Amino acid sequence: MRVLLDDVTKAYADRSGRAVEALAGVSITAEDEELLAIVGPSGCGKSTLLNMVAGLLAPSAGSIAFEGELPAARPPTAMVFQEFALFPWRTVQTNVELGLEERGLPAAERRVVARRFIELTGLGGFEGKYPHQLSGGMRQRVGIARALAVDPAVLLMDEPFSALDAQTRQLMQEELLATWERTRKTILYVTHNIHEAVWMADRVVVLSRRPGRVLEIVPIELKRPRTEAMLGEPAFVRAVERIWALIKSQAQAALREGVA
Amino acid sequence: MKLVRVPDRARALERREHPIARVLGVLGLLVLWEALTRTGWVPALFLPSPLGVLAAGVDMLRTGELLTHLVTSLGRILLGFGLGALGGVSVGLAVGVFSQAEAVGNPLSAATFPIPKIALLPLLILWLGIGEASKVAVIMLGVFFPMAINTYTGVRHADSQLLRAAVSFGAGRWSLIRKVMLPSALPMIFAGLKLGAGTSLLLLVAAEMIAANSGIGYLILNAQNLMETTTLMVGIVLLSLLGLVSHWLLTRLERVAIPWKRV
Repeated sequence: MRVLLDDVTKAYADRSGRAVEALAGVSITAEDEELLAIVGPSGCGKSTLLNMVAGLLAPSAGSIAFEGELPAARPPTAMVFQEFALFPWRTVQTNVELGLEERGLPAAERRVVARRFIELTGLGGFEGKYPHQLSGGMRQRVGIARALAVDPAVLLMDEPFSALDAQTRQLMQEELLATWERTRKTILYVTHNIHEAVWMADRVVVLSRRPGRVLEIVPIELKRPRTEAMLGEPAFVRAVERIWALIKSQAQAALREGVA
Repeated sequence: MKLVRVPDRARALERREHPIARVLGVLGLLVLWEALTRTGWVPALFLPSPLGVLAAGVDMLRTGELLTHLVTSLGRILLGFGLGALGGVSVGLAVGVFSQAEAVGNPLSAATFPIPKIALLPLLILWLGIGEASKVAVIMLGVFFPMAINTYTGVRHADSQLLRAAVSFGAGRWSLIRKVMLPSALPMIFAGLKLGAGTSLLLLVAAEMIAANSGIGYLILNAQNLMETTTLMVGIVLLSLLGLVSHWLLTRLERVAIPWKRV
């Protein structure tokens, strides 16, 4: 499934009623089975972009469309949230079943499907636990299992690992890549972590500060499957340096203005 | 080189349990009370002895007098509390979910909530008669408001992240209510139930003292008229037990209904 963003603009009315532009004329195409990372300084509208693809926000102008075959029962997108957004009153099992319920699957089938993705994300044995009984990394695995269980054509990830500690984050990145190799979905991956973006993605979209525009789309010339050893390769270092150079001046300007 | 030990500052933060003191407090008061009445300094008409109250209670239990009053009172309270809680949760949910209901409900509740519900009893008696209906109605009103307000607050404080997550997975309005708003509001609903239990006990006694010829409130007032202070004390002890039991029951129920709050 391809995702086509054509000249997308998003403007909000702030508290005093003034129009604030979050995104201006963003055109991106995510290819089928591509892992496309989106990076940019704080407040560049990258989360806004993802929410629009998820249908949680409407663009002010421009169009967002999917291209490809999509069976009626499958949703085009599913989202993995930064703060996990798990239901505290649901167990791991029933949290993963949420999207399947909304799709109207019978209970027996839901159980089987959910169980499969619980195993896939390494949560086997924790089906009956509540989110508060799990570590941060485990919680986000539930979030990923929940999204994968509905078999979306496109997986949307909004800084999925930024709430995790550095070691857990590294392990989760590897796990996600392994899962992606097996499921081969189109992934839109929003992050503010340049190393993470370069190490995981096929291409990295660099957005400017508010209003967010596409500064450059940087292709990553690293082979798959990605390994830790690649973190030292010249192609990796070059891409990181290129992206940091693009973002640095933007971030500095944002810092001076005190915009969060 | 001189060594400086790290001072043990944690002591200031410690808070120990004192299981013996907990029992001693209640027991000590009872013993003191019993001793005071035995010396004869305080006439039994003003303060009957704890053992005397206990004996009178057992006696009234045997004759069935206590049970009659208790059953009558319990019937009123359960009906009033049940109807009030059900109505309060429904209205609170509706006001929390639908902006139109919120626009109508909020000013209405602001205007009527501050009225002490017992002040409405004469009006309710005028409308519903002096029988059971007016007593049940006043309890119902007393429970309705805290329940409605707590449910509304709980619904409105549902985590917006969870609402967005549910919507992103295709949840419609009905799903949002059932799967996000209602569970989010449960802790507040239980706080309302505990509040309402106290209120309903208060209103029950007041209503029974004003217009009834049965029930615990009547028992207490009637005993006072007859200068039977011991019987009066039995009624008070019974009310205290009712309050304790209802709170204990609600706490148990809460643990079952909100398993995710247990750590």
